[in-house]
Amino acid sequence: MYSRAYKTLVSVPPLLWVGLFLLLPSALMFAHSFWAVRDGFLVHQWNLQNYRALFTNPLYFQVFLRTARIAASVTLCSLLLGYPLAYYLSFHAGPRKELLYQLVIVPLWVSYLVRGYAWKTILGSDGVLNGFLQYLHITHEPIGFFLYSPFAVVLMLTHIYTPFVFLPIYAALEHIPRPLLEASQDLGADRRATFFRVILPLSIPGLLAGATFAFVLSLGDFLAPLLVGGPSGTMIANIVQSLFGAAYDWPLGAAISVCILLITVSLLFTTERLEKRRSFK
Amino acid sequence: MSAAGAISPQNPPSGSAPLLEIREIAKRFGNAEVLKNISLQIAAGEFLTLLGESGSGKTTLLRLIAGFEQPTSGEIWMSDERLDTLPPHKRRVNTVFQNYALFPHLNVRENVAYGLRVKSTPKLEIAGRVEEALRMVKMISFADARPSTLSGGQQQRIALARALINRPQLLLLDEPLSALDANLRKEMQSELKALQREIGIAFLFVTHDQDEAMALSDRIALLRNGALEQVASPREIYSRPATAYTAEFIGQTNLLRGEVHNGVFRCGSLQWKTAEASGGALFSLRPEAIHLADSSFQLPDTVSFRGTIRQQVYAGASELLEIDCGGNQTLRARIPASGPLTGQHEFVFSADYAVPVTESPTAHASRAMGREPR
Repeated sequence: MYSRAYKTLVSVPPLLWVGLFLLLPSALMFAHSFWAVRDGFLVHQWNLQNYRALFTNPLYFQVFLRTARIAASVTLCSLLLGYPLAYYLSFHAGPRKELLYQLVIVPLWVSYLVRGYAWKTILGSDGVLNGFLQYLHITHEPIGFFLYSPFAVVLMLTHIYTPFVFLPIYAALEHIPRPLLEASQDLGADRRATFFRVILPLSIPGLLAGATFAFVLSLGDFLAPLLVGGPSGTMIANIVQSLFGAAYDWPLGAAISVCILLITVSLLFTTERLEKRRSFK
Repeated sequence: MSAAGAISPQNPPSGSAPLLEIREIAKRFGNAEVLKNISLQIAAGEFLTLLGESGSGKTTLLRLIAGFEQPTSGEIWMSDERLDTLPPHKRRVNTVFQNYALFPHLNVRENVAYGLRVKSTPKLEIAGRVEEALRMVKMISFADARPSTLSGGQQQRIALARALINRPQLLLLDEPLSALDANLRKEMQSELKALQREIGIAFLFVTHDQDEAMALSDRIALLRNGALEQVASPREIYSRPATAYTAEFIGQTNLLRGEVHNGVFRCGSLQWKTAEASGGALFSLRPEAIHLADSSFQLPDTVSFRGTIRQQVYAGASELLEIDCGGNQTLRARIPASGPLTGQHEFVFSADYAVPVTESPTAHASRAMGREPR
């Protein structure tokens, strides 16, 4: 058994960390969302104006809707890429498994920013993609919507978050005992039926975890829209950023942040409960 | 090489056409020859056990029949239909897996219904047949339970019900009782046997436990290093082992190596009349065939010898004696429990119980690598 003093000693640093860098900032943000700005100065006057503005000004709702749409698209696209990849690696890659696994992981070591700029180079008017299409005479002038569009944001975020979706799904698939698949076939199920009746249901927890990663991380992303989004690809985090920056309206920015935080936390809570309910030991 | 001349007929006892026919099956994994030229037939309704040490190829043979492995050569036929070219889901055999392989995301009822669901059986029929199957294994009250909440024995029953729901003609069982503790195991053995008699389906049962094989089987196929050593009924394989390996693997035995000369076998101080040809010979003599000479009953063709008791192991109803017969010869005898014995005694056995067996040159080498027979 550990002594009381020892227990206290080891628990202080993490508690201090959480308190100082998570709870305190959150509390400050929460407080700010009920304050106001007058004549360019922050006034500590409790009010609900910020929240009222959020719900009455259609701009915020529109941007939020777009953000949710982009996050949902990213989630869907990275699931469509990540699941088959994980499935192939887990069941069919054979001796190439280790190498392929590393190849999926390696992009995570490359800076987010570098990958963003790479997409700019690929998608831009003089970019690799447009150059290639014109070289093949498929198009005759650069296609504009590749870059600075929701499409570009979805593409970049999908590229970045697919490994995050892949990993939990792969882990879930690897944990499926192989005799279950033999039992399924033995009872008369072909490959397709075995997939839908055994493999897919047993990988749902991993799938939910991956989807949550992609959705939550995309929902709060501001670099991708900044780099490749353009005006039509602006997301809610960009609004928050400008409110805290140039617009100097911290209370409104905080109110939006609180809303996003609430949505995210309730989402995480829901999926975690779902995962628990769908995981079998 | 030793087995070639010793194998008893691989046909089932009944004269009818076999249910399953394994024709000269061989299986290699890379350079490893796991199965060598196996031919075996299973009759409808028969309980056949594949017995062998780990690595003898018994599970591989089962997996070939289920379709999880492809034979390197040879064919498998089931009632005039070639089986080994079909994918597993099209074969009319079902398997009870070693660790049951129950679907953790489905409850007991759904697990049992699985085989019917994937065949789009009408819902009403599924419900009826699932209930019937659960009653058969006495698990109807657990229909809504998750497999993870069940004990090993209960999971075993569910695995059985699930495998039987498709009404296969042949059920494959891969060491189904090995995960259970000793008492439950005995109980499940008798239930399994009763169930098999009741439903009349042929069982192909894989085990490394010779007691289990003896208790359950109509016939035992003993596998050794990927080849059939002997196929016979439990009584025959015990009382008439064809090879030294069989004699040692199934039960305990004394192997007596000696010479036959003019119709008389001699081994140390022992000798008896035999029909074997002159030359070197090997006999198997079960310990329980040896009696204390003061036993009141008379045996035909009695061989008697004197020996010193080296060790006595008490086992309840019986005791095992290690008898030093002089000249570096030790015999083991199992006699009814009769109190401590020491010193020299006179022993007898009937020459009828000494069975000539073929040498198994690599028997000891393979035993050293594999599992010790119990």
